[in-house]
Amino acid sequence: MATYTFILNGEQVSVECDGELRLLWALRDLLGVHGPKYGCGLDVCKACTCHINGKAFNPCSVPVSDIQATDRITTIEGLPATVDEQLHPMQQAWLKYDVAQCGYCQPGQIMAAVALVNELKAEGRQIADADIDSLRNICRCGTYARIREAIVDAAANM
Amino acid sequence: MPEVGVGEARAATNGISRRRFIGYLIAAPTLVAAADLRSAPPADASVATVQPVDFYDLTDLLTDAANLTASLITVTINSDGTASFALPRAEVGQGITTAIAMVIADELGLPLDKVDITLSDARPELEFNQLTGGSNSIHALYDQVRVAAAIARGQLALTAARQLEAPLPKLILKDGVITAPDGSSLSYGSLTSAAAVRDTQAVLAQLKPASQQTLVGTPQPRIDALQIVTGTKQFAMDLEVPGALPTMVCRPPTINGAALAILNEAQVSAMSGVTDVAIIPHTQFVPGGVAVRATTFGQCIDAIRALQVQWAPGGAAAKSDADVLEDLIGAELPMTPALGQTLDERFTFYFRPGDPLETNCAVADVRPGSAEIWSAMKSPIYFQETVAGILGLPVSSVTAHVTQGGGSFGRHLFADAAFEAASISKAIGKPVKLMWHRTDNFRQGRVHPMCTSRVRVTYLGSNVLAFDQRHTSVATDFTHGLGEILSATLGDLPEGDYLGYSQSVFTLTANVPYNFGPVTQLLNEVYHPPGSLFNTSSVRNIYSPEVTVAKELMVDRVANAMGQDAYQFRRSFVRDPRMLAVLDAAAKAAGWGKPMAPHTAQGIGIHHEYKGYAACVVEIDCTPQTVSRVVENGYTGPRVTRVTYAVDVGLPINPLGLEAQMIGGIMDGIAQALTYSLHLEDGYFLEGSWDDAYYTREWNSPPNSPPSEGVQVIIMPANQSEPGGAGELGVAATMAAVANAYARATGTMPTAFPINHNLPLGFTPLPTVPPIPQSPTDGLQEEF
Repeated sequence: MATYTFILNGEQVSVECDGELRLLWALRDLLGVHGPKYGCGLDVCKACTCHINGKAFNPCSVPVSDIQATDRITTIEGLPATVDEQLHPMQQAWLKYDVAQCGYCQPGQIMAAVALVNELKAEGRQIADADIDSLRNICRCGTYARIREAIVDAAANM
Repeated sequence: MPEVGVGEARAATNGISRRRFIGYLIAAPTLVAAADLRSAPPADASVATVQPVDFYDLTDLLTDAANLTASLITVTINSDGTASFALPRAEVGQGITTAIAMVIADELGLPLDKVDITLSDARPELEFNQLTGGSNSIHALYDQVRVAAAIARGQLALTAARQLEAPLPKLILKDGVITAPDGSSLSYGSLTSAAAVRDTQAVLAQLKPASQQTLVGTPQPRIDALQIVTGTKQFAMDLEVPGALPTMVCRPPTINGAALAILNEAQVSAMSGVTDVAIIPHTQFVPGGVAVRATTFGQCIDAIRALQVQWAPGGAAAKSDADVLEDLIGAELPMTPALGQTLDERFTFYFRPGDPLETNCAVADVRPGSAEIWSAMKSPIYFQETVAGILGLPVSSVTAHVTQGGGSFGRHLFADAAFEAASISKAIGKPVKLMWHRTDNFRQGRVHPMCTSRVRVTYLGSNVLAFDQRHTSVATDFTHGLGEILSATLGDLPEGDYLGYSQSVFTLTANVPYNFGPVTQLLNEVYHPPGSLFNTSSVRNIYSPEVTVAKELMVDRVANAMGQDAYQFRRSFVRDPRMLAVLDAAAKAAGWGKPMAPHTAQGIGIHHEYKGYAACVVEIDCTPQTVSRVVENGYTGPRVTRVTYAVDVGLPINPLGLEAQMIGGIMDGIAQALTYSLHLEDGYFLEGSWDDAYYTREWNSPPNSPPSEGVQVIIMPANQSEPGGAGELGVAATMAAVANAYARATGTMPTAFPINHNLPLGFTPLPTVPPIPQSPTDGLQEEF
């Protein structure tokens, strides 16, 4: 057991656990942050997708000891909104297209979509269907068609 | 919201409605109202045809059973002006909380956000009225909640008329306020105490006519959408029940195996964070194995992987796909003698997972004199009554909370996780937060039963003379009955499930929507009782996808044999004008018959169920460059590039939600036709991850941007007074259309599903011991 420190949704946090504990369980079981969901624990379903220093990653597959004190971990609860807005443009697009069904995968879907659009913008590219094809997040309710619409809509506002 | 006068509503209702509704004002401190639908007349009989389902179907059965206790379903008006309703169904993403809130708000004259919907705990007195299944919730509840809300509205108006000293017909009810002609007004909240009654009394409900409904029929977003996108929607594993620590189960290497002994209990008990290790016996209700409780789920995974357990094998230990297929073919009922030229084919449908994205899970706190359990249960009364017996408690000492579910697709008709959590909590004497590992969900969870469906079409010239279908299936488990213990017990009798439920459900759902002369559709099942070999459930959905795919492939084939176009052939044989309308709508919007490039094709499929009609046209791309796309650790294959889906549910409550249900069903139909199955080998399923079991992923779903046209859902205008079911209505027609499109694109009619099932395995199966894989550690290398 050791104490690990990092920046979670803008706040410095500490958690005492074994270093090999995957970050997902530190977040959910020890820190009480429930936005990232368990769907497989195998880095496959992507339901737990969060951001580390602005990049998408899956905390189910990262030992807590791999997280540095200066790392900024962002869960859906801490997804930064744009100026003067309560919600991020991706969340607004999700509402506009009423994307969610059960909602279990959607925090991960939104976090992955935000990272994808940010990456494309950094490369100066417009989002295309082939980019959305690269998202591995599973939605067992099958909301894929509306996810496509919402991402394209949000990309125009990001 | 338009203004509604109570008096006018009464006159209009009397003039239009064919049905009179009675309900109750319930004795309570505030206004509480309920419906009485026991004496409501049945819906108008359909035109006579040859099939039982035309007169009485599964939807009728479930609704008639539910209506017996409609008077116990209450709408309450609160002093803050809101209305509240404890929904006696599970919300698992299908959107019934939103649809029911719309119905109540509409009938009461309240804004949608003033209606608070919660999920009701198990209420045994509701009997058959707390089962979420058969795509029946909206059909069964529409009248129940509408009548209750109308009675509440009527009582509010009467009370306001007295207090405002104004004539009842002149009152205006709008947005939760009742206004008299002189401008004086009272809010619903201020009236609710005065409107309450001391003794329950029967009253006649004055329903708003359709013309005055302002929410029903309009697109409304989900009432929990904001919670979902901000990550605050609570599922069972998000609950903080004091002392309920993470708990998982080490499961056997064969389906329904049982733990005999733990060989290293002391070592595992001493592992970091572990508080308890205990054998949980395998029973009819509890899958079981060795339970581990720890501070975190990560420590549970470590402990399960370290456990050394002696196992007894399950009943299916020697079975593989080929063995089951042989048993199914051997049990196929004989065809009647043919009296003409025939086309005859048998189709095979392999096991499919019943996995929502949220794995099986439940929180349980079992104490010496009481028990409290939280889980996304679709049959909570059955659970409460049965688990009370298992725990040795009176039913009234067990509280069963229904949590929001992360999907179900029929899976949660069985509360396996809740039974297991209760058993573990009792065994170790502590609260538990039980979660299944994904690999366990695939390998030990409930599956759609493997089956064959043989179809023979007898024809002469351009006429079909007879249609015969012999459906043979691994037993589907219906031991949940109608959701409570009495009807469920029938399913436990020898052959009771088979005779009492399987045949009934098959007869009440299977149909041929064409004028094909004499039709026979017969079911036989193997491996009874259900659960003896395989754990099954009505997952996406009951018999319909397979029955319809086999039927629709043979419809294309007979059309081809007659030299007719698949769409025109269907047009000339469908026997219901509503079916003809959806068929024409889908074909027209899809541009049926347009030129298609080599290795691509359109396909068509239709389906009738749940009082609804559906027609689907898809375009499929089977070109070599598409089929050979490479996605790391993913399956690509043929891609459905466009879906046009026309649906008639009679009375759409929320078109936005209905469209969502169809899109979800479409994605399932694509998966079930092309990719999604389980391979059975020596008593266990090879799939253990979403990268093994190929449910539709983004790269399999239709692209959206030009030249693709993505998914289009056409909702037919309201043409009935009652809403049909939607939950599973998108699946069967899509699966059939995809199968037909594949046949046309490749020139080969597929006879085994999913179409990729018998290709070389595309993944390396995970080991069975230990039963679950360790989580990777390289997640930071994957970031983007």
